[in-house]
Amino acid sequence: MLLYAFQRFGLSVVIVMVAVSILTLMLHVVPGDPAVMILGPRATPELIEQTRVAMGLDRPLPVQIVTFFGNILRGDLGQDVFTGRSVSRIVFEQLPYTLILISVSILWAATLGIALGCYSALRRNTWLDTLTGVISVGTISIPAFVMALYSVLVFAVWLRWLPAIGAGEGFWDGIRHLILPSFAIGISWVGYVARIVRASMLEVMGQPHVRMARAYGLPDELITRSHILKIAVQPAVTLIGTGVAHLFSAAVFVEAIFARPGIGALIVQAVNERNYPIVLGAVLVTTGIIVLATLVSDLVIAWLDPRQREEL
Amino acid sequence: MASPAATRPAPQDEPLVSIDGLSVDFATPRGTIHALRNIDLEVPRGKVLGLVGESGCGKSTLAYSLIGLLSENARIAGGAIRMDGHDLARLGPRAWRDLRGQRISMIFQDPMTALNPVTTIGRQMMDIQYRDPGTRAQKRARAIEFLEQVQLPDAASKLDVYPHQLSGGMRQRVCIAMALLTRPDLLIADEPTTALDATLEMQIVTLLRELQEKFGCSVLFVSHHLGTVAELCDEVAVMYAGEVVERGAVAEVFNAPRHPYTQALFDCDPARIRVATRHLPTIPGTLPDLRQPPRGCAFRARCGKAFARCEVEHPPLYPAAPGQDARCHLVDPAEDAS
Repeated sequence: MLLYAFQRFGLSVVIVMVAVSILTLMLHVVPGDPAVMILGPRATPELIEQTRVAMGLDRPLPVQIVTFFGNILRGDLGQDVFTGRSVSRIVFEQLPYTLILISVSILWAATLGIALGCYSALRRNTWLDTLTGVISVGTISIPAFVMALYSVLVFAVWLRWLPAIGAGEGFWDGIRHLILPSFAIGISWVGYVARIVRASMLEVMGQPHVRMARAYGLPDELITRSHILKIAVQPAVTLIGTGVAHLFSAAVFVEAIFARPGIGALIVQAVNERNYPIVLGAVLVTTGIIVLATLVSDLVIAWLDPRQREEL
Repeated sequence: MASPAATRPAPQDEPLVSIDGLSVDFATPRGTIHALRNIDLEVPRGKVLGLVGESGCGKSTLAYSLIGLLSENARIAGGAIRMDGHDLARLGPRAWRDLRGQRISMIFQDPMTALNPVTTIGRQMMDIQYRDPGTRAQKRARAIEFLEQVQLPDAASKLDVYPHQLSGGMRQRVCIAMALLTRPDLLIADEPTTALDATLEMQIVTLLRELQEKFGCSVLFVSHHLGTVAELCDEVAVMYAGEVVERGAVAEVFNAPRHPYTQALFDCDPARIRVATRHLPTIPGTLPDLRQPPRGCAFRARCGKAFARCEVEHPPLYPAAPGQDARCHLVDPAEDAS
């Protein structure tokens, strides 16, 4: 298991490095000289040359990539074009808001989704199974930002139960401000997770080892937990791990709609201002988190299923 | 009413299980399949009963109905399965659960898929002892003891191993150890050697024989391999198209089969062919459609000895010899007289 974890971790580092290289190259493919972009069209050639040297753009491309790697390892993602503040500080100021939003969304959605999927599989073809199926497919097909708009309309504007904008001050207020955005992001995941858990539960329930467990008169609860769910939950874990990327993109819209601080809001603002260092820094950190999420889901599956540990 | 799980001392000559007129139907989209029809059979106490027949004859269905694990579309249409005064055909789910893993346990066909792939052998062997009041250490010791009974080398270290780390033969030994660990009165073995290669098959059969003698339980051994049945069983029942067509002691049935189907089955056994041949014999024809079982004898269409009576009259099990019955009009004493 430890060896497997090391292997997976090594692979993740390689993936992040490839992503960083592609990002650096993209900076050069984008039309226009970054220095000109920063200084604007009326800058003098001397000033442009000075900025190019300051940014290291006069050196050969491979050197730039290596320098960029070195800077990343030191936690230096460059400076904000307008304020001159450190990009890594700006990104890490905003990151917790998004991480909390995403974690809360996926946590409640996965818990409810697994429970509903499990129930549907065990009581298949009852009215609750049918209802779950209809609601699941319904919520899957509604994008997060539509959910966000309507939840603001219903719960914040009409009913006035919950706040519509901002992240709140303090713990309890923060939680109140989390409810609507995390509902908007999570609701379609309930459907996804419930559907996939139901399907794989039904598949596992027909396997011979479940029949053997029944042949020993094991309690239903034990059979469901350790003979069925432990195997059936694996596709859902993979789905959630790879789905973190989608969660980030959903967060971009939802943070904009709820006027919450966060990586999504930061990226939207930086793109509008052509603030490339911030866009790059935010995308880089996001990439790191997505790769980390995939790594964690792989490790969870390896922990659940010994057969997976020996692959790779 | 006492729980069927409670053991009641019974005379040794009384059968452990007696099946009276058992019929099982399967509901399918294309109609009801009458998979078992009017089965009369006794599982003797402390002996091995073999159940043979070609694929689809209902032998596995019969085995599964004895442990209450028929698939969801199956229905017991009639008859009774009596064990210690209780009718298993009428048990509810709770009562079945009390019986399984206590008085009845089962060894499955494919050891590669029968064990839980995500749990260690030790955990699975301890889980099936969940009813016992003993400590974890006691249950662990018991698991090791039974792994040693099935001659698994280095038994203690196997507890921390997952099924996929063992070979097929080892896994089947683990399954046997688990089945015996619960000290059942009835052990159902559903083709336990079919998925294994020939050398392992003999080892497993020998092991089953030894352990059956040691623990004295009754075994229902389902197989389509006549050689293993001859090796292992005391009594045998031959099934065809959802019926028992012949039953009796192994020695009698194997020496002097009375039903034409049993005779044909032996003629097709490669182990019994004495003369070199390029063509393995087969029984021509196929099983009848069990949605509408034939009116007369079910084997009539494939039987070389069929005559007029077979077409109209369904043969009962005639006593053919002491302790041997066959479902064939040729065995009817009245037929001899005429």
